[in-house]
Amino acid sequence: MHPLLRLLACAALSMAVIGAACGGGASEESTASKAAAPVTNPVDPNTASAITGVVTLQGTPPPNPPINRGSDPYCMKLGAATTPVFVVSDDSGLENVFVYVKDGLGSLKFPVPSSPVVLDQKGCSYSPRVFGIQVGQSLDIVNSDETLHNIHALPMANREFNRGQALQGMKYTTTFTAPEVMLPFKCDVHKWMNAWVGVLEHPFYAVSGKAGAFALAGLPPGTYTIEAWHEKLGAQTQKITIGPKESKKISFVFKV
Amino acid sequence: MLHLFAMLVAAVTGILIFAGGLVTSTESGLSVPDWPNTYGYFMFFFPLEKMVGGIRYEHTHRLIASTVGFLILVLAAWLWRAETRRWVRRLGYLALAAVITQGILGGITVLWYLPDPISIAHASLAQIVFCLTMTIALVTSPGWKRGYATQEGTPLRRSGRQGPAPDDLMLQRVAAVTTGLIYLQIVVGATMRHTGAGLAIPDFPLMFGQLIPPHWDPKIAIHFAHRAGALIVSLAILATTSHVLYHHRSRRELRRPALLLLALLATQVTLGALTVLSKKEFIINSLHVVTGASVLVTSLVLTLRAHRARFARGAGPEEQDPAYGRPMDVRRAGPFGPANSTAGDHA
Repeated sequence: MHPLLRLLACAALSMAVIGAACGGGASEESTASKAAAPVTNPVDPNTASAITGVVTLQGTPPPNPPINRGSDPYCMKLGAATTPVFVVSDDSGLENVFVYVKDGLGSLKFPVPSSPVVLDQKGCSYSPRVFGIQVGQSLDIVNSDETLHNIHALPMANREFNRGQALQGMKYTTTFTAPEVMLPFKCDVHKWMNAWVGVLEHPFYAVSGKAGAFALAGLPPGTYTIEAWHEKLGAQTQKITIGPKESKKISFVFKV
Repeated sequence: MLHLFAMLVAAVTGILIFAGGLVTSTESGLSVPDWPNTYGYFMFFFPLEKMVGGIRYEHTHRLIASTVGFLILVLAAWLWRAETRRWVRRLGYLALAAVITQGILGGITVLWYLPDPISIAHASLAQIVFCLTMTIALVTSPGWKRGYATQEGTPLRRSGRQGPAPDDLMLQRVAAVTTGLIYLQIVVGATMRHTGAGLAIPDFPLMFGQLIPPHWDPKIAIHFAHRAGALIVSLAILATTSHVLYHHRSRRELRRPALLLLALLATQVTLGALTVLSKKEFIINSLHVVTGASVLVTSLVLTLRAHRARFARGAGPEEQDPAYGRPMDVRRAGPFGPANSTAGDHA
């Protein structure tokens, strides 16, 4: 063979070999939920306790960045919008903070809810933006928009997936197999669309709502590490001990 | 006609590289999650009104890529039917194999969520496809076939208007090394691009305000390697072009790519700086990609033309250089000497 051809052939071949050798395959999540072994709630309702609290923001946050939705006529006609990074109430309550029991439950096993969590793509944004789910619980991802979306999960501990939903009303159901806080989603079609899910092996999580309030109910008595996570401000933890049928309040203060 | 078609294929391949640059610059690579279909549609039937957001870049890239694949298929078939030089026909087959491999790599990288090695291989093989199409365009040109002699058949290099002998070993070596260095630099650039190291060093021309970065991590190292590579490539291009302009100024087929190479180098360095300073503005970033590819193929053309005399020594009538006139049966000879096979080798 001609030396030039041989050289070019080697270069092309090596590229192909590098590609083939180094890639890691991954198939998409099965839509079928794994059948969980029946587990009864180990918490005695007569001694169950609760932790309630509020997340506040100290300081003046930067304005939420405006979204340029011009790349999709459908999204553009929905009007101007900003990325809801800081949703703060008049009394400084901070919304969209994921609060959960990080440690303290030991080896207790909790039943997986049979009802699915729904993540909606609506108005060219995710609803909810921050949410929680249990390992093995179904997540229904639906497209309520008259435009298409792709739902791209970028986990560290679970399996990555990227699904297209070209039509309004399409639904994709998946589950997660390992705890992971937080697991991000994004839409590669609409760069501004982001969401985060906290995947846990127990049901003790909440997302701060209006005025930054949250509640973790039905906890067994014990000492817990509670973590509060915000997409921009990171995470904070606190330790708290609660007795039988006790209700305690804690507060998290994020600063900007 | 074949030459014009090959030029068209090379030009569309260049456009494809720009489109690919847009895909990575806008981070749209996964906006179409499936392959070879697009959101379940057969690629060519995907509704135009659904080409929104990142899909515009990714799907357009796929459509252009399909066009290039088809054009290369036609080119390879045309060469097989019409080209008398076996090694040129083989270039066509190689280009076809490369573009098919490239398409598969593009599909794999989407289905596997853009793993860096695959994406880098995809970007690097794109340059080889571009080089192959450009090489075919070059060696099917009338100028190449007549050995860049004058219309009257008088070889310019013997006209007295030439400098040293055309078979300039020094030029051949420095040009080949330069082309190799440019390719390596592009591979490093692709690595930087796909590992997200494009802004690992955020300032230019200094690096964190200093000549050498004061701290290191893998991304900074990759970015630094690309900048250092730019310096080395610039020196190599200056060496090549200086040699051409000093020793072969009167040889138009060398002078013109040399001057073009200098212009492209200046453009490319400027675009590289602007890419950093604009924080990877996607048009600038993509122009940097396609200009890099243009630098590569221009250097390749210069290298091949510098080697033209060597091709002539063993070539058949199609490539017979009047300065070396030694007609041979084209079916039995390669550019560097007679081929082993004497059988018909059209297939």
